[in-house]
Amino acid sequence: MRVNLTVNGRPLTADDVWEGESLLYVLRERLGLPGAKNACEQGECGSCTVRLDGDLVCACLVAAGQAEGAEIRTVEGLAEADGRLAPIQAAFVETGAVQCGFCTPGLLLAAEDLLARVPRPADADIREALSGNLCRCTGYEAVLDAVRLAAARAAGAPDPAGAGPTPERRP
Amino acid sequence: MGVVPPPSGLTQRGDTAPQATGGIGESTQRPDGVLKVTGEFAYASDLWHQDMLWGHTLRSPHAHAEIRSVDIAEALAVPGVHAVLTHRDLPAATHYGLEFTDQPVLAVDRVRYQGEAVALVAADHPETARRAAARIRVDYVELPVVHDEASATAPGAPVLHPDRTDHHAAHVPHPNVVHRQPVISGDVAAAAPTAEVVVRGEYTVGTQDQAFLGPESGLAVPAEDGGVDLYVATQWLHVDQRQLAPVLGLPPELVRLTLGGVGGAFGAREDLSMQAHACLLALRTGRPVKMVYNREESFFGHVHRHPARLAYEHGATRDGRLVYVKGRIVLDGGAYASSSAAVVGNAASLGVGPYRVPHTHLEAIALYTNNPPCGAMRGFGAVQACFAYEAQLDKLAAALAMDPVELRQRNALCQGDTMPTGQPVDSPAPVAELLRLVRERPLPPERPWEVPAAGGADGQVGVDLRELPGGLANTSHGEGIVRGVGYGVGIKNVGFSEGFDDYSTARVRLAVVAGEPRVTVHTAMAEVGQGGVTVHAQIARTELGVSQVNILPADTRVGSAGSTSASRQTYMTGGAVRNTCLAVRAEALRLGRRRLGAGQPGWDEPGLRLVDGKVVTRDGAVLAGLAEVLGDEAIDLELEFRHRPTQPFDRETGQGFGHVQYSFCAHRAVVDVDVELGLVKVVELAAAQDVGRAINPRAVLGQIHGGSTQGLGLAVLEEILVGPDGTIRNPSFTDYLIPTILDVPPMPVDVLELADEHAPYGLRGVGEAPTLSATPAIVAAIRQATGLELPRVPVRPEHLTGT
Repeated sequence: MRVNLTVNGRPLTADDVWEGESLLYVLRERLGLPGAKNACEQGECGSCTVRLDGDLVCACLVAAGQAEGAEIRTVEGLAEADGRLAPIQAAFVETGAVQCGFCTPGLLLAAEDLLARVPRPADADIREALSGNLCRCTGYEAVLDAVRLAAARAAGAPDPAGAGPTPERRP
Repeated sequence: MGVVPPPSGLTQRGDTAPQATGGIGESTQRPDGVLKVTGEFAYASDLWHQDMLWGHTLRSPHAHAEIRSVDIAEALAVPGVHAVLTHRDLPAATHYGLEFTDQPVLAVDRVRYQGEAVALVAADHPETARRAAARIRVDYVELPVVHDEASATAPGAPVLHPDRTDHHAAHVPHPNVVHRQPVISGDVAAAAPTAEVVVRGEYTVGTQDQAFLGPESGLAVPAEDGGVDLYVATQWLHVDQRQLAPVLGLPPELVRLTLGGVGGAFGAREDLSMQAHACLLALRTGRPVKMVYNREESFFGHVHRHPARLAYEHGATRDGRLVYVKGRIVLDGGAYASSSAAVVGNAASLGVGPYRVPHTHLEAIALYTNNPPCGAMRGFGAVQACFAYEAQLDKLAAALAMDPVELRQRNALCQGDTMPTGQPVDSPAPVAELLRLVRERPLPPERPWEVPAAGGADGQVGVDLRELPGGLANTSHGEGIVRGVGYGVGIKNVGFSEGFDDYSTARVRLAVVAGEPRVTVHTAMAEVGQGGVTVHAQIARTELGVSQVNILPADTRVGSAGSTSASRQTYMTGGAVRNTCLAVRAEALRLGRRRLGAGQPGWDEPGLRLVDGKVVTRDGAVLAGLAEVLGDEAIDLELEFRHRPTQPFDRETGQGFGHVQYSFCAHRAVVDVDVELGLVKVVELAAAQDVGRAINPRAVLGQIHGGSTQGLGLAVLEEILVGPDGTIRNPSFTDYLIPTILDVPPMPVDVLELADEHAPYGLRGVGEAPTLSATPAIVAAIRQATGLELPRVPVRPEHLTGT
């Protein structure tokens, strides 16, 4: 079958899609957009998180045909048109929230969604919002730092502790 | 679109802060960070070729069976299928392995574990390959399984590898024992009567999975010269190459590997997974072949952490001095050896923990069974032992009515002490200090779920469910919640031990490009997420005084870097980069003297340095710019770097200078336990670790946080459940639970930097030690809250409720 999508503002068409293919497969293997990752194929890990008509979804759980005509936003669409990183992307890089990075695309989408809804989230809000995104490398501490940093910058506040060039150490 | 290649090189300037140089000791940013947040970083599973086929593996459903026949005719007839391979199609060597060559590339006449590879399919769509594989008819006759020590060593037990030729085979008590290592010091029999207090315990550690997020994957591309180019997510390119070449029947130089982007590793990529299979399919079909495991297949496609049973006896004086430790550690290696023998060596040699023990009698063994194969996982034998010996220390403290931290400090290992292996501890071992640091941290507030009630009168409290055990499942509003605090400390070796010739290689090129000196660093180090690429650039900047450093992709065109494991890469490949940079610097200075030194006495001074692209004297006087020194000449050197030699452990006594370096971490865990429902919330997990020198402080914290979290997972969540028939019950992220951000508490960290004079920059490997002590600290805290013995991990709700 043919599937028509608008991905990151660009209309795209995938042909010869088998009915069993997921939105994730079509993005990754047919449309040349491998940013969303496949790590569990059960909607448990959040690595394939994209926006579908504005809603966060696990692209592995959406049949490609279900997404016909939808607006999709992936990690490839987060940065500005001129290549400047979105604030949440910059914050992830600066705080060390990226190690292997396989979970990063999904976490970025989920964090961006949180900050759009809750501009100054408490830590418990961040944890709740990101609890569908597994990370195996960071222990999430730097991920929390990144979301706090992006939130503080959006509010014009000084960078919070833990976000500066020298992390907590003693003695 | 042609090939989507792995990153073509990572260039970064050292200008993260105005005064920064981007050298060692700074928290410089990852050179691959921007690629990873924009989705452009090419993981091995993202690689694509316009002509490529998809490979799929047919695996055994049985843990132990004879194969009578394999019929591939129906599978071959499926439209879109290009090849189906069985062991009959193997062109050369039929077995491979890291240390023992005992694993069939494809099963011959017998499968020894559930998930063993039996046949391969290449097709034009992954679903076509899967469906064709389902049409392969394998006639199995099930065999009795061995699944623990008793069944593996019983009279008449099936021998899993009857024709062993490995170097341990002649020394083991039973052919189903992979390796046995005793460690004997002092005289336990003579000393035991002098112990005034004795505690005993038997402990069990479940099977943990590395659960990296990026499943096994790679793309094999056949080459015109008859060779193959493999782009793959691995931990050690050259050990893959060494195993692949004989299987493919090719000389090693025709088996070229390039690192694809790696989505985590933690030990699970040390053994081959899809490497040989994809190459075989590519060479057979003449087409590029991509293989990507899904999560379920990943659980069968790599080795796990050894499950273990441990029995310990600790004797001490009434004032809390350890007199002796007796112990026996049984590790289940599963069907194939992988790195089990080295895991045994670690468990035995580190088996008493970071304590001074005058008399020791330990024995560790690994079994061959029909359970899932086990091998490397972060902590490598030291994790299992740490859970048991730390439980014993708590038990001993209780028997002595002594504070558990004080008991540990009283017996804490120090520099100058001797390990039970006879190896002197010849660099800082701040065990007591690490315990002090975690204990002296302020405790988190009690009843953290109590919050001011929304709209309520002053003093009224509401409940934030997210701070409670059970969380948003709304299982408690604070009833039945008991707090506990526990401690743990551990010891891990760094680098490859027991006489292994452990080395790394770095090629460094210094040249002037567009009027500016630039450095190119080429190693085969597997960047798996740890940040080695960041560190290499920092080291090159520090040693060569050049801000712009290009890190080339890791491949087999340069010498081996050894494995990204054993907490060794910053020490070893970082050391190799430093070593080569020093040689390049010497060469640059020699060139400068020759070209510019005539009549310039400054060039003959000792201690010339390279700073900001210039040659400067010790006093800071500038002699020349590097551009002037080099002209159009490039300095390009490739050198190997070795750590100090180690020795094998004596087979009967375990004596020997077996380890390169030790690494220490301590944890304090604070938990809230719903004692009625058996639910645990870890409230805080504080760590203190000595890292010798933090080359990149932020990356160090990332390792400590990540390692601690994997220890938390083993404490309360993570276990591959294997039935008595050897089959896995929970091969998915729905049923195998790794910690989410809601399961992980705040993790404050203290970092000590006490230099190890034997190591580059004094650094100490960081990655594994935090994985050890987190687990026993959390379980100790749960014990304090519940009063239960809890001799196994992970602790599950039914262990707390007795239901």
